[in-house]
Amino acid sequence: MTGIVAQNVGRTSGLIKAASGGGGVWTLIKTLPSSGSDGTLDFVDGSDDVTLDSTYPIYVFKFINMHPGTHDVLFMMNLSEDGGSNWNVTKTTTLWYTGHDEADSSTSLAYWASKDLAQGTGYQTISLHPGTDNDQSCSGEMWLFNPSSTTYVKHFMSTLNTYYHNDYTYSTFCAGYGNTTSAVDGVSFKMESGEIQGGKIKLYGLKDSA
Amino acid sequence: MSGIVGQNTLDNSGLIKAPAGGGAWNFIAKQTASASADISFTSGIDSTYKEYIFTFKDIHPSDDGETFTVNFRDGSTAYDAVKTTTSFRAYHDEAGSATGFAYVTSEDLAQGTGVQNIANSGSDNDQSCAGYLHLFNPSSTTFVKHFIIRTSSAMYLDYINEWHIAGYCNTTTAIDGVQFSFASGTIDAGDICLYGIST
Repeated sequence: MTGIVAQNVGRTSGLIKAASGGGGVWTLIKTLPSSGSDGTLDFVDGSDDVTLDSTYPIYVFKFINMHPGTHDVLFMMNLSEDGGSNWNVTKTTTLWYTGHDEADSSTSLAYWASKDLAQGTGYQTISLHPGTDNDQSCSGEMWLFNPSSTTYVKHFMSTLNTYYHNDYTYSTFCAGYGNTTSAVDGVSFKMESGEIQGGKIKLYGLKDSA
Repeated sequence: MSGIVGQNTLDNSGLIKAPAGGGAWNFIAKQTASASADISFTSGIDSTYKEYIFTFKDIHPSDDGETFTVNFRDGSTAYDAVKTTTSFRAYHDEAGSATGFAYVTSEDLAQGTGVQNIANSGSDNDQSCAGYLHLFNPSSTTFVKHFIIRTSSAMYLDYINEWHIAGYCNTTTAIDGVQFSFASGTIDAGDICLYGIST
């Protein structure tokens, strides 16, 4: 590709305008791919082209093939209310899962009391342990409602499916709220230990107008 | 087609702007509560889309511990479509002393015409509920009308309550209205948006 086209690929303003991501009422705000050795993948309002404020009433994170560097670790998230200086918003959550192994010898449906939070400030598990085999990962989405509110708690709901390290499929369902009336302006994702070695996270904003 | 246009057709960046992909959400309406007895969508639900999605955020009741509900209109002025539903939920209190995950028989309907409970919020200043509702092909005059709901509630006893509701309006009449309300009192604040999904 050469000439005027090549010079303007990816531009969103000026003479040549690229399509906005997603179309319709969804706006693709940021795609954050793993570099292959990430301790965390963080989305902070006002940093690295991330918008996470009152621009949108609802935000959705899409997880695509999140791949851990370490065997048998959880995929987790946390919130910040100070621009990512601290990841420690108080949260109360529920967490449950369903599972089924490739050998068809085991199934499960259970609440996971040891991994939910009751006014906890640590990272919240949102996926069981994706394996480290080359084809193993977890994918899914997390909705975050009105993070900029200074009146209400901040609800979130996630659903991820995981290729578990022992060759199971697990679906993990987490819901809860950041129990704060301060605006939430950052969301962080990480593996329980070790690195995120692959995958990408996409952040979308959902408009509430035409 | 030739030249620069032909070279760039279907590019989604650069000189030629490709159309947005299919499956797009289309904004239809937003209603904001203000001590409202209910929020009713009386238009915009028809054969234009095969799927509609309602999103609700910061839904705040006037009365503590009231249940947030939904009902459907099927041709008359009343919101009384016959429904059969399932309901299960997970809960966890802020004290860390109680958890639960179970089917809730008291919250489902078996050919009921009354409201379907979908959340339960406290009335503390910072408490609310949020979530979404998918309604499939409401204009069908052949099939029942399926819906799937998921919500998160900051409950009056300082619990998180996650509700999952699914079911169908057991009617072959088109559903043309959807109404949200609390079992008692008003919707003091919050908003609900309606989207149609292009196929």
